[in-house]
Amino acid sequence: MPELVVLRDVQDSELRHIEDYLKVGGYQALKKVLLELKPEQVVDEVKKSGLRGRGGAGFPTGMKWSFIPKNVDKPKYLVVNADESEPGTCKDRVIIERNPHLLMEGIVIGSYAIGAHCCYLYIRGEYYEQAQILSLAIEEAYQHGFLGKNILRSGYDLDVHLHRGAGAYICGEETGLLESLEGKKGWPRLKPPFPAVVGLYGCPTVINNVETLATVPRIMERGADWFASLGTPKNGGTRLFAVSGHVNKPGTYELPLGIPLREIIFNYAGGMKDDKVLKAVIPGGSSCPILTADEIDVKMDFDSVAAIGSMLGSGGVVVMNEEACMVKVLLRIAKFYAHESCGQCTPCREGTTWLKNILQRVNDGQGRPKDLDHLMGIAFNMIGTTICPLSDAAALPVRSFIQKFRKEFEYHVHQKACDVAQVMV
Amino acid sequence: MLSESLLEKYRDLTSRYPTKRSALIPILLTTQEEMGYLTPESVRFISDYLKIPEIQVYEVITFYSMLRTTPVGKYHIQVCTNISCLLLGGEEIFEHISKRLGIKEGETTPDNLFSLVEVECLGACCNAPAMQINYKYHEDLSVQKVDKILDQLKQQG
Ligand SMILES: Cc1cc2nc3c(=O)[nH]c(=O)nc-3n(C[C@H](O)[C@H](O)[C@H](O)COP(=O)(O)O)c2cc1C
Ligand code: SF4
Ligand code: FES
Repeated sequence: MPELVVLRDVQDSELRHIEDYLKVGGYQALKKVLLELKPEQVVDEVKKSGLRGRGGAGFPTGMKWSFIPKNVDKPKYLVVNADESEPGTCKDRVIIERNPHLLMEGIVIGSYAIGAHCCYLYIRGEYYEQAQILSLAIEEAYQHGFLGKNILRSGYDLDVHLHRGAGAYICGEETGLLESLEGKKGWPRLKPPFPAVVGLYGCPTVINNVETLATVPRIMERGADWFASLGTPKNGGTRLFAVSGHVNKPGTYELPLGIPLREIIFNYAGGMKDDKVLKAVIPGGSSCPILTADEIDVKMDFDSVAAIGSMLGSGGVVVMNEEACMVKVLLRIAKFYAHESCGQCTPCREGTTWLKNILQRVNDGQGRPKDLDHLMGIAFNMIGTTICPLSDAAALPVRSFIQKFRKEFEYHVHQKACDVAQVMV
Repeated sequence: MLSESLLEKYRDLTSRYPTKRSALIPILLTTQEEMGYLTPESVRFISDYLKIPEIQVYEVITFYSMLRTTPVGKYHIQVCTNISCLLLGGEEIFEHISKRLGIKEGETTPDNLFSLVEVECLGACCNAPAMQINYKYHEDLSVQKVDKILDQLKQQG
């Protein structure tokens, strides 16, 4: 079994209560940080570890923290992104349910590193039970003196507030999230300025994913070198891969970065359900270009997946067998983005709707000869032309599905039927 | 009009932020949880309470899929049909519930017991197909499992 970082101690159990967490050495890393290290030393250690953001973009965490300006008298904020809404992704939930205090400990260390005395934890509204778990964890952390004034007599103060969202994928995008946190609709902001300079309430702000922060206490406990050694160069550590779809054992598996996709599917997730043939895999949530069965020897780290034209994204691995109709799957993805576009940018607002409408008619057997070219053209115009990357996220799957499964799309257009269904009969 | 306990929650929520407006969405959610939906009166009250124009409160309500200005059934069934669920029969689950209850997407049964909507990914992809009834997750669904759940809720009334 590979070494566990985030799921260590909780592989088949839960450590909901602080007493249980303390029994396995919980909050010891925090103690060391607050009593022995300066904030800059924490940032340096995280930089050295090669930790990259687990929310989707894979930005180096230590570097992100170092962008917070030092000599401003404005308050600084840490905002935790627990919006987890990318289709195919359900891994932050596992951390919250099994080890909420590990996240709390990471939050205090991260806040200390960037000089924040206030942190907001933004959780999607649907995660009601998970919000209750976090509420309790926050309360317990206050009671034990890991939050509040003068934490562990270090002179450092921190308040953490839970903030529930109300259903909007775009609020997972960091500046959409900030708008939402300010009580507005989640319209992403034009960047620059970046949140590190002008973020929440106009103040310097770091936004980090749940898994990113839950990793930090382990780095401080075992050291950057240990963490870096678990992954591949520039891709330190492990990652939670949420494997779903046509596999025997869907589930969230913590594995070292760089593990081949084939091993994830066939060793850990138990291989293909009912021994059907593997057809395609989405490697990191619905926004990522699709991979064919021939591409699963790719190493699952940020750089290797990017090198073959897709993305590691949120770590949501969606596995499809020979019976999955690519037109239907893509249509569902297109519907999602059309529903979730916030509507600020014309290419995204109009483009997502057109993609959905055209794919709907192709799916319904009413496709026109030029439809596939239209889809490619619309997708082309949606990439790199908007305020936030949701537009790209909607366009990239369209391009990759059609490029890699063009025959199947053509069959729908010309034969007005689905050839996958024909294979089945 | 609003209960004292709800007002107490408003005070607690606004105390967490440097601007009152930040409490808007949590306040709307809390209100909806207590009253079932956001009535014109409650919206007016919240707008007044937070000093935000009513139109801006509506702007926020209509942006977020969980906020609503009309009532739903006592059991609000939200079925995910996004990719991981789609691959394992999420659409069939939706169709089955729709047929069994005799209602379409967005509708409520005449006895106001059940309402049905199709939703985006619920973050339960590894236990697909999944749905939420009010806030409770139901995962690894099959038609049989759904029938059992609905039978039980019907009996509870
Ligand atoms: C449309 C969109 C949706 C996103 N949704 C999420 C999300 O649900 N959770 C998350 O952590 N990051 C999400 N992100 C990424 C965030 O913008 C941000 O990069 C991330 O939270 C930063 O944290 P990290 O550096 O720790 O990864 C999303 C990005 C985009 C463009
Ligand atoms: S790209 Fe789409 S979701 Fe992003 S800001 Fe523009 S319209 Fe909104
Ligand atoms: S796709 Fe249905 S819960 Fe994620």
